[in-house]
Amino acid sequence: MNPLSFELVLAPIPYFWPRGRVLSFYEAIAEAPVDAVVLGETVCARRAELRLPDWIALGRDLAAAGKRVVLAGYALIESESHLKWVRRLVEQDEFAVEANEMGTVRLLAAAGRRDWIAGASLNVYNPHALAQLHEAGARRWLPPPELSRAALAHLLEGFTALEQGTIETELPVWGPLALAHSARCFTARHYRLQKDACEFRCLAHPAGLPLATREGADFLVLNGVQVLSARPWSLIDRLDEATALAQALRLVPAPEGTLERIAALDRARRLGEMPAPEPESCNGFWYGESGFAYRAPSSSPLAAR
Amino acid sequence: MMNSSRVRRPELVCPAGNPAMLKAAVEHGADAVYLGFKDATNARNFNGLNFDERSLAQAIELAHAHGCRVFLALNTYPQAEGWAHWTAAVDRAAALGVDALILADLGLLAHARERHPELRIHLSVQGSATNHEALAFYHERYGIERAVLPRVLSLEQVAQVVRQSPVAVEVFGFGGLCVMVEGRCALSAYATGQSPNCHGACSPAKFVRWDETPQGLEARLNGFLIDRYAPEEPAGYPTLCKGRFAVGGHTYYAIEEPTSLNTLELLPRLIEIGVAAIKIEGRQRSAAYVAQVTRVWREAIDAALAAPQDFSPHPQWLAALDRVSEGASHTLGAYSRPWK
Repeated sequence: MNPLSFELVLAPIPYFWPRGRVLSFYEAIAEAPVDAVVLGETVCARRAELRLPDWIALGRDLAAAGKRVVLAGYALIESESHLKWVRRLVEQDEFAVEANEMGTVRLLAAAGRRDWIAGASLNVYNPHALAQLHEAGARRWLPPPELSRAALAHLLEGFTALEQGTIETELPVWGPLALAHSARCFTARHYRLQKDACEFRCLAHPAGLPLATREGADFLVLNGVQVLSARPWSLIDRLDEATALAQALRLVPAPEGTLERIAALDRARRLGEMPAPEPESCNGFWYGESGFAYRAPSSSPLAAR
Repeated sequence: MMNSSRVRRPELVCPAGNPAMLKAAVEHGADAVYLGFKDATNARNFNGLNFDERSLAQAIELAHAHGCRVFLALNTYPQAEGWAHWTAAVDRAAALGVDALILADLGLLAHARERHPELRIHLSVQGSATNHEALAFYHERYGIERAVLPRVLSLEQVAQVVRQSPVAVEVFGFGGLCVMVEGRCALSAYATGQSPNCHGACSPAKFVRWDETPQGLEARLNGFLIDRYAPEEPAGYPTLCKGRFAVGGHTYYAIEEPTSLNTLELLPRLIEIGVAAIKIEGRQRSAAYVAQVTRVWREAIDAALAAPQDFSPHPQWLAALDRVSEGASHTLGAYSRPWK
């Protein structure tokens, strides 16, 4: 296979890791062949091992190491104090911002910023919705997890036809799917604790709390107020399809294996060396099927029927 | 203290899954009903439910004759391929004279504002807007006049949003309870390929299988075991988030108990903070459900407005609501946050 061209982006850490672990993780990332790093806490406002000035300081270190840095906002704003935090995020103009809910979008648009990224939870399913965010200043966007390859291709064709300029597409290629978000904390619930007195139990679960069915089948992962898929989403064996649609590919940090996957993706773009399929992953949404499903690369759509 | 001259009378908004439910809502005192077309353009796309053009026209006529408004939910997210179908539904609803459209998708919001500038628009709960900045975004760009808040905010947080919101705020008062932020849940899609956002359905019935086994009655959703019931245990519909699962060696309702929402006791406070409308969930239920719930909530709202300081939910109201609710118990949901 020929070398591929794409920007490699590292998503925010979805889990709650202790400060030391976060800092040493990004020390390693500074040396790794990723082009851009999205920093910040997006899941739970109670998680504050690093505060905004810490993330900005970390961003400066990574920028000095040659990375493009983006600061991500919360996916759920519940109160005025959360909004204050978002205002500070928008006021800093050192780094671009990834918006994960519409209040953040409004503040970015009102500030006249044209450099922000529309996160996957903004629910862009059609070209007209994308045009709205583009007009509000988004320069890049991420599709929601459910959007199939065919629907994404159709959306992008439609957006081009609207002749409203260009927008970059960033596509997740590895990591657990963010399936649901709540105000209720499922980790605190597991420990029979109240959310406001959760004792930060997420710190003990660097990859979240696995949830299985009553017959022991791995199903989901509880990550505080968020529910993730147990199987990681992977287009690692579909990079040709992914790069045909997206300029940037994103992977989600995990407690293990992140650097190895970064290296594999980098070899794919430099050398055209394709990473090995991961049959324990899922890619059903890519085919418009149940998300948990996995199709091996050799299977054509016809063969899988 | 509540200043009676400034009290806003909240509108009672009731579900109409079919003409019989609409009639029940209208006759029992609904101020407005909400309904959808018979297809994936709305978030209750179930067999045998909803309205075609003809039955919608009749519904509007009946409702208007009783001074009841009709809101049409077009609150799923169209994909590029279905775009023309969704916009045609918007145009059809406008032509039929609905009193408001309930929308979530940014593209559809722009379409409705541009093509039907006179049409009233409400932001659906599926729009996931939980703060006044988000509501301002939809208000400034698409002229929404009301927003339905996701069922994740506490009462104090709702009050905070209402105080600063540029638009009227509608909240859920009774019925089934989503524990996730609406519009942000792909659990059903992960297990079945069908979701509220894209197909207007959560944990759809066609993927449900019941099996009598030596371990008990098993409820599966597209093969995933959602729950297993002992012989004397009441079995509920296997909505994915309301199943029992194993986490850290314990099997329990790991995401949410199968309870439903009832905020009757919060009514004076909801009125005091100035919510514009209280929504009853349940377009997939029956005319008997709508009649019962509408009657109770009508009486309760009128009583709370007449004498807020004396208000307490009558035992017969609670008993009537208990008879029609899903699951054995009620919760105040996020409004009171016992889990907080």
